[in-house]
Amino acid sequence: MDAQSITTKERLAIPRQEMPSQNPEVRSHNFQEVNLGYTPELAQKEALRCLQCKDPACIKGCPVNIKIDQFIKLIAHGDFTGAARKIKEDNVLPAVCGRVCPQEDQCEKTCILTKKYKSVAIGNLERFAADYERETGSVELPAVKPPTGKKVAVIGSGPAGLSCANDLVQLGHAVTVFEALHELGGVLMYGIPQFRLPKEIVQAEIDGMKKLGVVFIPNAVTGRSVTVDELLKEEGFDAIFIGVGAGLPWFLGIPGENLLGVYSANEFLTRVNLMKSYQFPENDTPVFNCKGKNVAVFGGGNTAMDAVRTAKRLGAEHAYIVYRRSEAEMPARLEEVHHAKEEGIEFLMLMNPLEFIGNDEQWLTGAKCLRMELGEPDESGRRRPVPIKDSEFILPVDMAIISIGNGSNPLIKQTTPEIDFSKRDTIIVDINTMATSKENVYAGGDIVTGGATVILAMGAGRTAAAAIHEKLMGK
Amino acid sequence: MHLARNSGKSPSSYKIEEPMHKIVSAIFLAENIKKIEIEAPLIAKKRKAGQFVMIRVGETSERVPLTIAGSDPEKGTVTVIVQGMGKSTRELNSKEAGDTIHDIVGPLGAPSHIEKFGTAISIGGGLGAAIAYPTAVALKEAGNYVITINGARSKDLVILEDEMNAVSDEAYITTDDGTYGYHGFVTQKLQELIDSGRTIDYVLAIGPIPMMRAVAEVTRPYHIKTIVSLNPIMVDGTGMCGGCRVTVDNQIKFACVDGPEFDAHQVDFKNLSDRNKMYLPEERQSAEAYTHKCNLLKQV
Ligand SMILES: Cc1cc2nc3c(=O)[nH]c(=O)nc-3n(C[C@H](O)[C@H](O)[C@H](O)COP(=O)(O)OP(=O)(O)OC[C@H]3O[C@@H](n4cnc5c(N)ncnc54)[C@H](O)[C@@H]3O)c2cc1C
Ligand SMILES: Cc1cc2nc3c(=O)[nH]c(=O)nc-3n(C[C@H](O)[C@H](O)[C@H](O)COP(=O)(O)OP(=O)(O)OC[C@H]3O[C@@H](n4cnc5c(N)ncnc54)[C@H](O)[C@@H]3O)c2cc1C
Ligand code: SF4
Ligand code: SF4
Ligand code: FES
Repeated sequence: MDAQSITTKERLAIPRQEMPSQNPEVRSHNFQEVNLGYTPELAQKEALRCLQCKDPACIKGCPVNIKIDQFIKLIAHGDFTGAARKIKEDNVLPAVCGRVCPQEDQCEKTCILTKKYKSVAIGNLERFAADYERETGSVELPAVKPPTGKKVAVIGSGPAGLSCANDLVQLGHAVTVFEALHELGGVLMYGIPQFRLPKEIVQAEIDGMKKLGVVFIPNAVTGRSVTVDELLKEEGFDAIFIGVGAGLPWFLGIPGENLLGVYSANEFLTRVNLMKSYQFPENDTPVFNCKGKNVAVFGGGNTAMDAVRTAKRLGAEHAYIVYRRSEAEMPARLEEVHHAKEEGIEFLMLMNPLEFIGNDEQWLTGAKCLRMELGEPDESGRRRPVPIKDSEFILPVDMAIISIGNGSNPLIKQTTPEIDFSKRDTIIVDINTMATSKENVYAGGDIVTGGATVILAMGAGRTAAAAIHEKLMGK
Repeated sequence: MHLARNSGKSPSSYKIEEPMHKIVSAIFLAENIKKIEIEAPLIAKKRKAGQFVMIRVGETSERVPLTIAGSDPEKGTVTVIVQGMGKSTRELNSKEAGDTIHDIVGPLGAPSHIEKFGTAISIGGGLGAAIAYPTAVALKEAGNYVITINGARSKDLVILEDEMNAVSDEAYITTDDGTYGYHGFVTQKLQELIDSGRTIDYVLAIGPIPMMRAVAEVTRPYHIKTIVSLNPIMVDGTGMCGGCRVTVDNQIKFACVDGPEFDAHQVDFKNLSDRNKMYLPEERQSAEAYTHKCNLLKQV
């Protein structure tokens, strides 16, 4: 079988190639990456499954419309670096997106094979091409246009800010990225754990942007260290892109939430990922000692999966996901749920916390929960969970992690009154340009959508970059 | 943040001058309490009374919140006054002029709410004097009649006496053991001032949690507006993690963005002191390992 002469029938006969991964028993005790990546042989075999559709449905499922059929063809023909470059025409962080996109809801959902067969493993292939390019040292810096003399400030170094900065610098603008934390990368660094997204990958992308001339200023909290108005008026920036993410953790608002041992997912993951407390005492920042303890994570998204699997890796005896709806409604990526189960995470579905209970020293000892059942469908067609009468019970836990989403950090809003915010405290933009109500200020990513996805944040950053370029070069 | 304008035609008008921040001076004010002046031009320019910075001494260090005790915008420096408690603060206190620290970020937190209240009393317990000092200065500048009460366990531990005298219309020092100033607690002195029948419009109290709680109880019956600066354990200091949450008026507040100053009469002090015990075993472990390392270094 080769890429030139293969028939459709032969293509359809190839089974979807499994992603090689670390043994669950082993990996649930370490922080190394779970998925090991395709070998070139596996990648080529998987690439042969793609039917090379005339009108590829997969592309419509990808928020940034990667030329999926074309890059997969290049892989099938063994041109892996060419495939990586093809992807990079539309996506600056393929090694990241290949790993973390919810493919089953995007490109792989609309792939023509999905209905009757299994979809082409687009994410795995994207990851393979990007890794191949990086690991073989064949990444080429893109050409940078001659300087335009225009200066753009990007606030926040998450995927939205990074992709905006990357496009603008290539167009010849002088770009400075201001980041509140001491590390760059946003959620990619402090949120998503090493075992799912190795930090070296994010670092390599940022190093590439530095080489293109993007200037990164860490430890700069916009709104406190410097304001949007000061950047425009005093520091002479011609335009600003705000990509500060959704960073304010929500709590459940139930009694006992301030007991010792109750964390937000952000705090837990920040301690472990950003401050590297999984290596305490070599790193000074401590985190709750999970060894032999029972840990419950409340929520059903990617953040909840990351938190619960991290707790397991830190030695938790029982690590639970407690979710108020059923598994079908969980917003987490399918692969993460699957991996979590393999690692021994216990899923407690249709359960709602009412109260946290502590001992005399105020340490958490249990969560009082109520069992739910699925009732009649609501307006959205989803069956709404309703409490089962008298079903209260106490789940014995030593640590609880709240992972029910994030609101917006108030600093920009407080210090930039000319920017219009929605009732949910997200920034209101024109979705075609990502322009805010304030002249020359653009915004995108989670600060606009509320907690969403890496690829949507990236797409927003690119849309804004194009609009900023047009505006600055217009007259 | 540490930026400076470039002169040439480099791609951006900004560059990171130096990744590290230089310590300009470092002197002990009392045993274990050090005054450290650090290069941080932008923070120096922006900071207001009541705000703090977070410092990360080295690559593996914690992010430690420290109140900005003063700044020199011309020189581009900020000053912090640090009490060696556990590993992180002792490590910082081991630094001398010319040494560097890895990261400093700020100014963080909401500035103190300053207005002309009338008669304002600023109470600092122990190291709290250092944290209260910048706000006392701002109160004075706003035209208040400023009374300071500076409390310490013993004479050797009294800090900032001259500075406090300079900003105060009346300055008192109290020591628990009576070795200097008034013999007793700051709350006793405060009660005397209240009992003397004078009008007191505003009280600021900063120090150990039991002291702040005691001050709140003294002023509560008289409905005197009383502000405390809370010191929960922090991680990012930007409102992202929720680790610094405190209960005020039965609501969750994030001390790093909503505070650190709050109405003393509404603070749940017990919850704060409980939560600050969260990492005691780990803090002890770090401190012991650090002491061990220091002792080994002394031997060579
Ligand atoms: C634990 C976790 C797991 C996730 N898993 C997935 C996944 O598997 N797949 C997926 O697609 N999505 C996932 N997401 C969601 C995804 O990470 C976000 O949608 C995406 O990162 C949003 O990008 P952003 O650039 O808008 O913001 P962020 O990534 O949040 O970056 C914002 C940056 O701005 C900085 N900042 C904030 N305020 C200021 C300020 N005032 N001044 C300067 N800088 C500031 C922040 O420190 C941060 O670095 C996950 C999120 C979390 C938390
Ligand atoms: C807004 C704010 C401003 C502050 N300003 C100053 C300042 O100007 N100067 C100064 O010396 N300290 C200040 N602190 C306290 C300082 O941050 C802590 O002392 C420091 O984090 C302790 O770190 P460590 O590793 O040295 O000690 P750890 O090993 O963490 O703790 C040692 C001891 O200190 C206690 N402790 C831990 N964290 C805190 C805390 N946040 N507050 C009080 N006690 C704590 C522990 O219970 C333990 O008994 C401030 C704290 C906050 C939140
Ligand atoms: S970026 Fe995401 S959605 Fe688009 S092709 Fe890649 S994995 Fe699929
Ligand atoms: S829809 Fe599926 S089979 Fe068709 S081109 Fe896209 S990936 Fe290939
Ligand atoms: S320290 Fe993280 S929110 Fe305040």
